[in-house]
Amino acid sequence: MIRALRLAAPPVLAFVALNLVWEAATWAFEVPLYLLPPPSRIAAALFEHAGTLLRATAVTCRAAVAGFAFSALLGVAAGVLIASARWIERAVYPFTVFLQTVPLVAIAPLLVVWLGFGTRPVAVAAFIVSVFPVIVNTVTGMRSTDPALLDLFRLYRASSGARLFKLRLPSALPSIFAGLRVAAGLAVIGAVVGEFVASYAGDDAGIGMLALTYSRESHTDRLFAVVGLASSLGLALFGAVSLASHLTLRRWHASEQDR
Amino acid sequence: MAGGNASDRGHGVAVSLRDVDRVFDGGVAALDGVSFEVAPSEFVAVLGPSGCGKSTLLRLIAGLDRPQGGAVERTPAAGQIACVFQDAHLLPWRRVLANVALPLELAGVPLAERERRARAAVERVGLADAADRYPAQLSGGMRMRVSLARALVTRPELLLLDEPFAALDELTRHRLDEDLHALWRRDRMTVVFVTHSVSEAAFLGRRAVVLTRRPARVASTVTLDLPAEREGTLRSDPAFFAAVRDLRARLEDAEASP
Repeated sequence: MIRALRLAAPPVLAFVALNLVWEAATWAFEVPLYLLPPPSRIAAALFEHAGTLLRATAVTCRAAVAGFAFSALLGVAAGVLIASARWIERAVYPFTVFLQTVPLVAIAPLLVVWLGFGTRPVAVAAFIVSVFPVIVNTVTGMRSTDPALLDLFRLYRASSGARLFKLRLPSALPSIFAGLRVAAGLAVIGAVVGEFVASYAGDDAGIGMLALTYSRESHTDRLFAVVGLASSLGLALFGAVSLASHLTLRRWHASEQDR
Repeated sequence: MAGGNASDRGHGVAVSLRDVDRVFDGGVAALDGVSFEVAPSEFVAVLGPSGCGKSTLLRLIAGLDRPQGGAVERTPAAGQIACVFQDAHLLPWRRVLANVALPLELAGVPLAERERRARAAVERVGLADAADRYPAQLSGGMRMRVSLARALVTRPELLLLDEPFAALDELTRHRLDEDLHALWRRDRMTVVFVTHSVSEAAFLGRRAVVLTRRPARVASTVTLDLPAEREGTLRSDPAFFAAVRDLRARLEDAEASP
């Protein structure tokens, strides 16, 4: 308990201090509200529009989680495939790099053409942005399997299925989780950017759509509330993946053990 | 010589190498015309300087690698060979018992039986209390014991060990050497034990094969005329000192030869 307090105290105090300075500065220098509202105004906006904001967060959350789930599934599958044979790697890997370099804002309108407006293109946007780190980390993890253990499996004439599921995939897990953690944050970013293009204003508007609306209306305080919610959402997803990683690896991997 | 159930292991030759050459892709020659034989139930120590190609030799005997020239023959079938490497190389996500059961699992042995046999193997190496722990919770010596239990669980006819205790402190290493020898006296499998330690080779081997520097050739083969019972007291026996001296001289000659 005391230890938890001691761990939590520094960031909480830093956060409070930053807000106090911010609050004081906006009053002291009479900064216009549309440029930089004080934290108290942002908090007020957050409570005042809690219903709309939370509904939008839930919509974005659903799309981000869907995109992330596809990233996890297809990313790991692609990584396993790429790591299984050199010729597959040469055939496929360059195009996965393309996923990383393609500007999402440019491809989002295309998604609208194919999938229409709504959650689907947004989820696909989240997927496109978040799948690459999963693939790369899966490939790296699969490649770093202990060669002596591969020898051992050969010595006991293990089937290729046993080699994959009992050796290479578990060996790659720490790497895969590292990729998933990065992907969790990226999926939220992808979803919000996707919403800029592919969602419509209305009851099922996501936070990306809300951000656009509030920006046009110069509701800077609400805009800040949206930014706060978006990063909280990314943090929550990241936290969930970290927890899953901890629960899976704590018994055996150095990265998840107390020292 | 070998008593007990040695006879049902058959007779003749368990492993035979004839003029074995192994050159790696970069043009580095590891083995150059290596020839020796190992009889069934024999404990042979292969002694050579570090990095002379001893590990390559074991991989060839295990059938994990092929020579460019010469022939490697072994009587035990592929499933009857077990290896212990320089480090324990356990699956870190499995408890001790499941690690030891791995070879049986890969061979398709039913769960209840492999659990029973794995438990017996864990007991044989003196780790009954640690069966439910993860490798990360074990000391280096205990991990090597698990590795040994994993190798023994299939009751292999041929056991290949590649400097298995080299990374351990001396006392732990001595204890493991003694235990390994006791296990061999009980089961009488054929053992090829690779080491760079003169005293370890003298303590364990019935016979020692001394290799030269890379590319390795057989410099000499020597039968160690020591009591069959290799216990800790042997280490202070004059006969043991003499054997160590003799082996060291042979190893020095082998290193000096071009």
